[in-house]
Amino acid sequence: MSLRADLAVIAANVRAGSRVLDVGCGEGELMDVLQAERGCDARGMEIDPEAVERCVGRGLSVVQGDADRDLADYPDDAFDYAILSQTLQTAARPDQLLEELLRIGRRAFVSFPNFAYWRMRFSLLTQGRMPVTRHLPVSWYETQNIHHVTVQDFRELLRAKGVTVERSWFFTREREIGGTSANWRAEHAVFQLSR
Amino acid sequence: MASANTLDARSLKLRDPLPLDSGQRLESVRVAYETYGDLAADKANAILIFHALSGDQHVASVHPITGKPGWWDRMVGPGKPIDTSRYHVICANVVGGCMGTTGPASDGPDGKPWGMRFPVITIRDMVRAQVALLDALGIAKLHAVVGGSMGGMLALSLAANFPDRAKRVLAIATTARHSAQNIAFHEVGRQAVMADPNWREGDYYSSGKGPEKGLAVARMAAHITYLSEAGLTDKFGRRLQNRAAKSFGFDADFQVESYLRHQGIAFSDRFDANAYLYITRAMDYFDLAEEHGGRLADAFAGASSRFCLVSFDTDWLYPTAESRHVVHALNAAAAPVSFVELSAPYGHDSFLLECPPLDRVIKGFLE
Repeated sequence: MSLRADLAVIAANVRAGSRVLDVGCGEGELMDVLQAERGCDARGMEIDPEAVERCVGRGLSVVQGDADRDLADYPDDAFDYAILSQTLQTAARPDQLLEELLRIGRRAFVSFPNFAYWRMRFSLLTQGRMPVTRHLPVSWYETQNIHHVTVQDFRELLRAKGVTVERSWFFTREREIGGTSANWRAEHAVFQLSR
Repeated sequence: MASANTLDARSLKLRDPLPLDSGQRLESVRVAYETYGDLAADKANAILIFHALSGDQHVASVHPITGKPGWWDRMVGPGKPIDTSRYHVICANVVGGCMGTTGPASDGPDGKPWGMRFPVITIRDMVRAQVALLDALGIAKLHAVVGGSMGGMLALSLAANFPDRAKRVLAIATTARHSAQNIAFHEVGRQAVMADPNWREGDYYSSGKGPEKGLAVARMAAHITYLSEAGLTDKFGRRLQNRAAKSFGFDADFQVESYLRHQGIAFSDRFDANAYLYITRAMDYFDLAEEHGGRLADAFAGASSRFCLVSFDTDWLYPTAESRHVVHALNAAAAPVSFVELSAPYGHDSFLLECPPLDRVIKGFLE
């Protein structure tokens, strides 16, 4: 099974044998790879009970919970890595969620769709309507993405919080691109962060 | 009235006296149990199921008194979520019970029923007795322990006190401590038993008539806590029982009254009133954190098992917050834990009833 591009990057860059919390782990695709191929002790949190059920069924340790609220249950430094893939933009307070990630994990991986991607800008400019794309496939009124964010916005937030960017990766159509013009060229982004 | 010598169950007399949390030691303890499925040569496929307050060892076999199928017949059996063609399932009656394991209805050292002379037992005492059973059966490490409600308390207690005895711990619709509300409901039940003149300070075994009415009332009150308001409304509403109009009297006019009366009578036909007092007391005394210096995470400090907790959204007896509290502690102890709150309409009893997602979680977790 091949992982989504952002998950593949995360899987490849997590140190083997580390303790990992995947926040918003879905049906546990990344956790599976981290355990089977990287020898990690992977835990998950997922809000959808049916997805949790499937994770438990495949032998993964996943807690049903809401990232906005239930990360508070974890002690400081509980994990080597806290991972938040394609979930930041759904949080009630992405800034506080970021703080929580870096409290319970020494490092964090955060991936998100870049709202400043040129196709988004073009669509907004020409049609004057909220874009519906492959990465943001749901109309504005029912999308879970309540805090659209751009690469530039996120870098700004990290600066304000004094968070260190250890590495970053940018993708268009599942192909990696450079970081310099990422704010308009990248469809989605992955950041490796530390306190 | 059930007593040990009327049953043809498998039982084992423990060689050593059972040390109790009260400081007493209980001599000559007999543990009645049932098994299902074959034990593998390496004895690694055993699953111990803990029953709830009103349950017993007949998890998947016909009940010798009621003639009804086992209390978890839908979950345990060949090809079922707890698959007895793969696993060797053991279920034992708890100490203090009345289905063959030593309890207040059993004969004491003087040859007369213990009655209220029976020592007060705890959840941990019940677990000790079952660990002694495992020792006698030569089972060093269980594939899993599974329990719902009080059974879940036993499962958590085993994980905390005997952390090497189970690879997996599955605790359903349960709690790590009895709340004031939980204790309050139990006290109503105990007082109902004790208010029955036939209770005779617990010394009713030779009188030919026990406090069946009091026990039935206790069961009626408790039964309400096992259901949800929506479940009751859905099942009974305000419908009348076999009549077209209200009787302007105190018969069971409403279906829900008739149902509860039936539940109460059926229960008192098969359960010993003193056993009900002792087991509810054990549940009320249960506070896993208190046993471990006041911090629940410390209870699981030595845990090496994988954990799974399941709650139900309509369970107001042991609501989801109680399971989350346990999950929180397990996280703090860095134990591998899964948790899911399932949606089911039946309240606390959902774990005993038709709930396909529960089947999937149990089956998956045991893999």
